[in-house]
Amino acid sequence: METVELSDAQKKSRRGRNIALGLVLVGLVALFYVVTLIKFGSGMAH
Amino acid sequence: MTLIDNHEAVGMEGAPRLSEASARDYFELLKPRVMSLVVFTAFAGLVLAPGQINPVIGFIAILCIAVGAGASGALNMWYDADIDAVMTRTAQRPIPAGKVLPQEALAFGLTLSAFSVTILGLAVNWFAAGLLAFTIFFYVVIYTMWLKRSTPQNIVIGGAAGAFPPMIGWACVTGGISIESIVLFLIIFLWTPAHFWALALFKMRDYDAVGVPMMPNVCGEATTKRQIVVYAVLTALSGICPTLLGFASLGYGAFAAAMGLGFVWYSLGVLRMPEGDKRMLPAKKLFGFSIAYLFAIFSALLADLLIAGIWRGGIV
Repeated sequence: METVELSDAQKKSRRGRNIALGLVLVGLVALFYVVTLIKFGSGMAH
Repeated sequence: MTLIDNHEAVGMEGAPRLSEASARDYFELLKPRVMSLVVFTAFAGLVLAPGQINPVIGFIAILCIAVGAGASGALNMWYDADIDAVMTRTAQRPIPAGKVLPQEALAFGLTLSAFSVTILGLAVNWFAAGLLAFTIFFYVVIYTMWLKRSTPQNIVIGGAAGAFPPMIGWACVTGGISIESIVLFLIIFLWTPAHFWALALFKMRDYDAVGVPMMPNVCGEATTKRQIVVYAVLTALSGICPTLLGFASLGYGAFAAAMGLGFVWYSLGVLRMPEGDKRMLPAKKLFGFSIAYLFAIFSALLADLLIAGIWRGGIV
């Protein structure tokens, strides 16, 4: 088993990527929630 | 501290290859400037289409089309990393600059492709999703992997990929294709060769250095200039088709005709350019005008629709 110490630049870039990925996931949750509301809403209207 | 337990993560020299790519580097993989054109033309297709779409669903549709276009840009950068590294225009892209590893770009592009197509299908309709999937396939496989390095007609045929977005936007509303959406497709399809060959003329050495058979390198400057004029005329004619076919006003037609004349005028400037001109100013002017032309034509179509709506006494 091998381990490695991340450099400051690697840590910083990984943190940035993680934050961006988190935001995208929150966005996806919101997107599916809104689409469900709209689809259900129009389904009930019919 | 990170655990390294597989050999793929270890480079040739035995040093771990851990990514230092930032979120911005990944965003650059999406070719944001190309994406802005895709967003605009897809939006135009969606607004011009007859029928109604929920504004939120419409926004999601544009987002999916933009992400799908970005995904194909990332896959294009993954495949073309070798030639991008040599060309001055592309040497600073994330992969040749060493910011993003090729396999990271590949995974990123494939993931975004799958997500954009699936969400467009689930939220909007599967016909539009199928068109988006075909567009990504066409740009990555037909254009990037096959045509780009094998024929000087590469961007004539490959230009179809960039022409699909308004058609997808239209399909998001109507669930199909019609003559109007084909005209929107044709405007961009016929515009692409003159736009790209103007660029190829003043970046000829770049393309020559990497062996990409662009028209100026293979057929010569004179042939390229003549073909630029032919495509400029065809673009100008396609620009007035919305009026001829009755889905845009005479006012739009007059504007499109004036812009088309401008396009042909600039292309004639390129035709008159002396062989071996180093500065290639007319080609640079045509390239700049071509971008303005496309934005102007699609803006005019949107403005025409808005004015027609106001004229009839309500917002469309």
